[in-house]
Amino acid sequence: MGVLFNSFEEWKKECEGKGLPLFQAVLDFEVNQKGKKEEDIWAGLDEAYQVMKEAVQSGLKEEMNSYSGMINNGAKKVMNFPKTVLSPEFQKLVARALAAKEVNSCMGRVVAAPTAGASGILPGTMVTLQEIHDISDRKIYEALLIGAGVALILEKRASIAGAVGGCQAETGSAAAMASAGITYCLGGSNDQIFNAVAITIQCMLGLVCDPVAGLVEIPCVVRNASAAAIANSSAQIALADVSPVIPVDECVDAMGEVGQSMEARYKETAQGGLAATPTGRAISKRVLIQDIEVLEDEDGED
Amino acid sequence: MAESSGIFDMIGPVMIGPSSSHTAGVVRIGRVTNKILGGVPEHADIIFYNSFARTYEGHGSNRAILAGLMDYRTDDKRIKNALDLTEEVGLTYKFRSIGSASTFHPNSVRVTARKGDKSVEVLGESRGGGVIRIKEVNGFDSNFTASLHTMIIEADDVKGSIAFFAEVLSQDECNIATMTVSRKGRNDLACLILETDSGIDDITLQYLKKRKWVHKVIYIPDIDK
Ligand code: SF4
Repeated sequence: MGVLFNSFEEWKKECEGKGLPLFQAVLDFEVNQKGKKEEDIWAGLDEAYQVMKEAVQSGLKEEMNSYSGMINNGAKKVMNFPKTVLSPEFQKLVARALAAKEVNSCMGRVVAAPTAGASGILPGTMVTLQEIHDISDRKIYEALLIGAGVALILEKRASIAGAVGGCQAETGSAAAMASAGITYCLGGSNDQIFNAVAITIQCMLGLVCDPVAGLVEIPCVVRNASAAAIANSSAQIALADVSPVIPVDECVDAMGEVGQSMEARYKETAQGGLAATPTGRAISKRVLIQDIEVLEDEDGED
Repeated sequence: MAESSGIFDMIGPVMIGPSSSHTAGVVRIGRVTNKILGGVPEHADIIFYNSFARTYEGHGSNRAILAGLMDYRTDDKRIKNALDLTEEVGLTYKFRSIGSASTFHPNSVRVTARKGDKSVEVLGESRGGGVIRIKEVNGFDSNFTASLHTMIIEADDVKGSIAFFAEVLSQDECNIATMTVSRKGRNDLACLILETDSGIDDITLQYLKKRKWVHKVIYIPDIDK
């Protein structure tokens, strides 16, 4: 039967009981519950990773200007800036996460992971990790499987959608997936992998969804960069065996609870936070269609 | 039918940005229209309702609907340039925004498309994650997602017609997933929309079309292929 991804506890028990690596339980889930063939799953992961890499490249190469004018080749500017804040690797991490997300905002092709708004985080982190540590594609796919397992639990116990749980649910979930993947690729134990998830959630908790003009641009693009950075800092902490104190399942439930109590104006409605600032409102007025017909008949057309 | 998510819902889908309800879902509504019409229209009138009315340009839903009308898939990179590409295929279009259709889903779009002497009108909802629901076809109520195989039959409202279609499809070992029937009261014309799990044979379609009381049989295979 295998795990159904209700909790991290269950996932861990299943794997330790049978002596399986974490990714194997995710693979088995997809084969047993979803009726997929194993080879198709690897092929699907390969395709997804190719699209992620492509998105990073096109975001750094092609013109990235969004219809609203709020996105203007930010990733390229970061990549080419002569001064580096921490290290060239950090600079690349930030630039790549921005790049893939800018591609999303500019109607390019991306992988929603877990959602379109968070589509820069796994590309940014995985491409950078692979480059620095010379990690095989196969290992990256295993990391993506673990990330998928993380997201399945988050979806079930909290949420992965900004409209339901705020931005913590969207960029927060992606960061949790990435930190689990990074910790796995760098040889972390199962406990350390789950601790990385717990720490990431602790860092992202409470983030509201407040996109200016309702467009997936500001602050979404920069949040993909910060979430990528948090995924890395969390993995760094977890790998050193520092405890998150609050167990991962409890962190997930906290995220669910915070998401539920968030007011509607912080859930993608563009009524609160940055969207409701004077500048946010002015942009909204400029970029959204104002010439809207109103029907006499309240029942809709006809 | 709310199936639990799988790993490719978490790492995927591969899609064109910025958001699945504004691009992927809208492309699919356009594509359904293309299939019902039987090709790329010469002209399309498009109405975006409610939430879509304000944001369709910002989210690129205008490009998405035209891309769908030109039969692009949801992950086609050309979607971004769909406005320019309409010229090549001779598709003209007009957009309207209506903000107060309170009985409609927040993300609704109506397309009236014409090609030669054929025309079709489709009302669709984009429900998130690229999932759609087609609410009306040519003024008939409908309720299909186009994620399966869909058959739209316009026929006289004769007795036993539904049983007849069900019987024919079962001969073909086709499992019917959903069925909607709606009638245009006055002229006794009925519209039957069936969704089936597997594809429908051409011979079966021809057989159905030959019935005297059947006016139209439109078959929409899985639109994501
Ligand atoms: S602010 Fe909202 S729309 Fe933007 S990335 Fe976060 S959850 Fe998505």
